[in-house]
Amino acid sequence: MKILAELREQGRAQDMQALVEHLPYARFLGIDVDRKGNEITTILPFSDHLVGNTQLRALHGGVIGAFLEITSIVQLLFDTSCERLPKTIDISIDYLRSGRPVETYGRAIVTRHGRRVANVRTEIWQESRSAPVAASHGHFLLTPA
Amino acid sequence: MSDLEDHLAHIPHAAAIGMTLVSRGKLSCVVRVPYAEHLVGDPDTGVIHGGVITALLDNASGMAVRSEPEDGAEERSMATLDLRIDYMRPAQPRQDLIAEAHCYRTTSNVAFVRAIAYHDDRNDPIASSVATFMLGTKAAPRT
Repeated sequence: MKILAELREQGRAQDMQALVEHLPYARFLGIDVDRKGNEITTILPFSDHLVGNTQLRALHGGVIGAFLEITSIVQLLFDTSCERLPKTIDISIDYLRSGRPVETYGRAIVTRHGRRVANVRTEIWQESRSAPVAASHGHFLLTPA
Repeated sequence: MSDLEDHLAHIPHAAAIGMTLVSRGKLSCVVRVPYAEHLVGDPDTGVIHGGVITALLDNASGMAVRSEPEDGAEERSMATLDLRIDYMRPAQPRQDLIAEAHCYRTTSNVAFVRAIAYHDDRNDPIASSVATFMLGTKAAPRT
């Protein structure tokens, strides 16, 4: 992927904010990435076009799924250099609470990083990290750089 | 406008990604998302992001549960418990996505739904999913 190669050449292989700005769908959702040392948090500011239920003003389940998936992929790219974007093989999502109309945060852990496949666990939350809105577990196909 | 079309029109994110109802049956429905630049996941290939497929499958699965013409299921509120998606092949650039969902079992509390996403051949799916929904959840905002 061009953007991955460009960032690597510029010595910014871990600049995940620059990466998400190059992904049209991540930009459409409004995802940002905050980095503190060797940890990253993805941020999804609330916006009306993310709503799935107008009565509850709850986030759409698909938006929650997409945010989990992007958080997982961004963490994988932050941890290791890849030639191309990791491809999702499967993702399993637990919806734990309704997503309120506020900012949402995401963090992921790469639980196993093989040569071709990585396992990633991800959680997203709003006001309290100990009360996650949703969690996922996914397998991703890698193309190492 | 049918009740399901009406239902879809009131989901802001469904409208934002251009989702429309193609057809419905008893406890099943078919939904389409037209290809659009802002839905792209990888700008090098122009392929739609997996997250859009997630949104489409989630939405179609939920609608399949509501799509039971002869009883009052339309009015029941529900919540997704879980959704598992298998991506079986890459989506192709500049092609619409279609999802077909079928609710194969409902109990008094839970609905079980299978769905597939494809471009034009339902025998060559891009992704398949299984979802469970909790029925009769409270329809009030979380505080």
